[in-house]
Parts: sequence; C-alpha cells; structure tokens
Amino acid sequence: MRRTLLFVIALGALVRAQAPPPPGPPQAPKAAAPIDLTGYWVSIVSEDWRYRMVTPTKGDYQAVPMTPEAVKIADAWNPDADTAAGNQCKSYGAPAIMRAPGRVHITWDDDKTLKLEADAGTQTRLFRFDGAPVSKGEPSWQGSSIAQWEMQNAGRGAGPNAPRRGSLKVVTTNLKSGYLRKNGVPYSENATLTEYFDVVRTRSNDVVLMVTAVVDDAKYLRQPFIVTSQFKKQADAKGWEPTLCSSTW
Amino acid sequence: MFEHLVMVKRIACVVLVLASASPVLAQTELAGSWAARNHEDGLERGGGPYAVDYTGLPLNDEARARALSYSADQLGMIEHQCGQWPPFYLVKGPFGMKIWNEIDPVTGNTIALKIGAWEDKALQTIWMDGRPHPSKNAPHERGGFTTGEWQGTTLVTYTTHIKAGALRRNGAPNSDEATIEAHFIRHGDILTVLEFISDPIYLTEPEIISKSFQPDPNPMSPVGPPCVAGYEGIPEGKVPHYLPGTNPSIDELTKFYGIPREATLGGAETMYPEYRKKLKDKFVRPEKCTQNCGAPAPPPPPPAPPSPATTAPASPSQAPAR
Repeated sequence: MRRTLLFVIALGALVRAQAPPPPGPPQAPKAAAPIDLTGYWVSIVSEDWRYRMVTPTKGDYQAVPMTPEAVKIADAWNPDADTAAGNQCKSYGAPAIMRAPGRVHITWDDDKTLKLEADAGTQTRLFRFDGAPVSKGEPSWQGSSIAQWEMQNAGRGAGPNAPRRGSLKVVTTNLKSGYLRKNGVPYSENATLTEYFDVVRTRSNDVVLMVTAVVDDAKYLRQPFIVTSQFKKQADAKGWEPTLCSSTW
Repeated sequence: MFEHLVMVKRIACVVLVLASASPVLAQTELAGSWAARNHEDGLERGGGPYAVDYTGLPLNDEARARALSYSADQLGMIEHQCGQWPPFYLVKGPFGMKIWNEIDPVTGNTIALKIGAWEDKALQTIWMDGRPHPSKNAPHERGGFTTGEWQGTTLVTYTTHIKAGALRRNGAPNSDEATIEAHFIRHGDILTVLEFISDPIYLTEPEIISKSFQPDPNPMSPVGPPCVAGYEGIPEGKVPHYLPGTNPSIDELTKFYGIPREATLGGAETMYPEYRKKLKDKFVRPEKCTQNCGAPAPPPPPPAPPSPATTAPASPSQAPAR
C-alpha cells in the first residue's frame, strides 16, 4: 500500500511538472506581444509588379477572381471622375493599402491599440485588441479592425523561458467600398478583410514582415482573394514620405 | 495481494511513460494535398511570364545579359525537355503541392518531409533528422538538398545543391550556387510558403517571394507524369538564343502595358517604392488592356477525377503554357 501511495505521489508530481503554470493576471496586449511589429517597414515589390508599381491598364484583371458584376464596375473605371468626386483614396483602403509601394510605420497608440500608418496616401489603421464590438459608425477606407495575438503553443516540455512565438490576426469590416487594384477592381462595403502578420528573421538577419490578406466579398469576388505582401524592417524612418491619394498614379 | 500488484504495475507504467516522454516541440500538420491560390503574379504562375519581364527581380548585369540571350526554344532541345525547373518553382509555378512525412518505423519520428513532383519539378526531400548539408563538391540535384527545422509552428527549410536553371520561366537565370530559405507558415486552412532566394552569381540581394495554398479535397499524386523527350524541331547541336541587342521581345511590356524598358529589365532598384519616382514621367498607361487581361471564369465545372496537382484557375486567358 505504501508503494502504491508513493507511485501516486510521484505521478502527481510529474503531472504537475508537465502542466502549464497557473495563469496570472492577463497581460495587456502590448506586453503580451509575441512579435515586435513596431518600427518602419519598407515594401518589397517582387510580386504583382505591374499592378502595384504603375497604374494598371483599364481592363487588366489578371488573377483576380472577379464576379461578372465586378467586371462591369471595373470596366467603367474612370479615374478622373473619382478625382472629381473626391474619391482619390479608393485604392488606398485597408484591403489594398498593404499592396501599395511605400513604407508603413507601426506604433502602439496605447496598451490595447496598434497603429499602422502608411505613407502611401497618408492612411492610418487602428488595430484594437480590446475585444469591444465594432462600432458601426460611418464606413471608412480603413474600416474597423479587431486584433488578436495568435500565440503558438510552445509545446509539451517547453520551459518557462521558451521563446514566445505567434502572429497578429486582424479582421477588418465596416469598409467604404473601394478598389483592390488601382484600375477599378472593386470590393464592396460588405467585404471582410482578414490579415495575418508574421515576422521572420532570415539567416542573414534581415527582419521581414509578411502580411497574408484574405478578402471575402460575395458581391465582387467568386472566392476569397488571397495575397501576401512582404516588408523589410528599417532601422529608422529613412524614405518615409507621406503622399496624397491619387486616382491615376 | 495480486490485485494490489497489478495496480502498482499499472501506475508504474504510467509513471514510466510520463517520465520518458521527450519534449515535443510545437509543430503544425503540413501533410496533405494543397491547392495553389495564384492570385498574385497570375501570369507567371499561370501560363508563364512575358519573355522579357524581369520586373521586381534583383538581377545583376551579368544575369540580365544572360536572360536576354535566352530563347524559349531551348526548351525544345532534347537535352532540356526533361530538365525541370529549380525548387523555387514550387512558389513560382502554377501547381499545388502534396506533402507527406517519411517516418522512422521504430520511433515514429519524422525523418523527412517530402513535397511531390510535377512533370516539370522534381521531388523535394526536406530532411528533418538533423543531418548536415553535403560537401560543396557533392553532386547537385534537380530537387536540391534541403534540411528543415521547426521554429514553433513554422517549418524553416534551407536548400542548397540545386542545379543552374531559371529564376523565372523566361530565362532570368539562377546559378548552381543559389540557395533557398523557405518558411512554411500556416494560419488555419491557409498555408503560405515564404522564400528568400539568394544567388551570389546572379542576384545583388535575395529575392523575396511567397505563395499561399489551401487544402485540396482532391488528393494529388505525389509524382508527376513521366517526361518523355522527343524531337521537337530543334536540330542536334543547335542552341536557340539571341545575340546581344537582338531579343525581339524586349519591348513587349512597353507595348502592352506602357512599362519603360529599363523597368522591364529588373534590378534590385525596381523592387523598392522609390523606383516609382523614376517611372512616373516615363510611364504611359495604355487606353485599354489587350493582352493577358484576365476575365471571370465560367461557373465551376463538376469535380474532376484526382489529378497530379491542381490549382485554382487564375484566369482562362493566360498565355499558353510553355
């Protein structure tokens, strides 16, 4: 009986050793960040070059799974009319801004809000971690974004000093309808943008941000539109150059 | 007494199992069939790029000269017909991928992950057992030599020993000293492969490129159809090429899309936002797209039987495959 008791005690001790530590008070999102997104990042345009570095030609919709209704809208693209109507920022909305060549500057606005500024079109996005329901105010180019860290489980046996890993997930709604590409490929006001921000350190010690973006829009897309954009981390603000929105360039 | 002993033995077994359990690092499941989502670089990942489109490639002058001498007719040479593209074709090509584990039958550990072949891409083995890369003098293979490790739930791989080939399917070259660092990052049903391609011979800095995949309900074949070389009209001993200054396709992107010639020739500068300042006064946007413009696909056909590798069609109007 004593041996049994000893085994049970030993088993309990081992199980405790394998169990995660008891949860402490929840950390603020800023303190809990598994990755550091802050700083200046420059976009690397190695993909979709002719849709990003120059204004694509009217009717050039290569690789976008557009609905026939979307094609009708895009076929009627008139950048001068957009400018006249004050809609120069239609291609700078959240579903498109990370594709715009330029730099983004990411900072903590407060302990629960990450701020992403883009110099292209001088746009600002706010990623709120507080979990509060999205206020249904006026739709806007950057919409309303709810953020959460996706923490990676360190794995069984990992000690308390195991590196924190994870990524940022951002879901954006309440968008003003705009363009996925500058030549009028549309997304609707009902579009939902889901993004994953991952930071990678390469063998050569470059720090690269990859943003995987999924646009769901039953009105204008036949299937979710998935693209990834890459950025290199900069040591400083070099090259940061806010510009105005433009319908034509 | 007997029941007591049985209980003690059972508890002892549990203790032994727990005590001997080695730490399991966080990983994620990659095995399965993955359909490509070619929503970017649709032409390159579809029918193939324009003959002279090196935009966004950090080529040096030597690479550019070599690329301009390339004729796609070389693919018709009997020596090249089954040559296969380098491993980064996984990201730059049109197809999905099939991944599976090679398991040690005794320990159950993964010795390697395999990425299946296509007709024009070799099987790739990602060694997960900690073995070193071979000597630099070891033979180079079509699939290269790849090792991998888990960094959390991200698989990070490193490929060396590839063969000289094409960085892009229009002859922009890679040397056999090129290396590939790849990160396989999974978010739910989206698997993204992010690659850093370095080449001390032809690139001035790494090319950074990525591609996303989603689970494919149709199982893919792990092998491509056999390549059978045959006479395609290129006489023995002839190597189709263009002498300097004679490539007839050099102004295609200018003609169809208004992109200045110097931009079509690539270089690291063309990857960065500042380059737009140089383009602004030279770019003339054509009135309307006339070539490879994309269009909505018709309603999806009924499910096809299992195929070697499937991809979501990016556009039905892409250039014919080559």
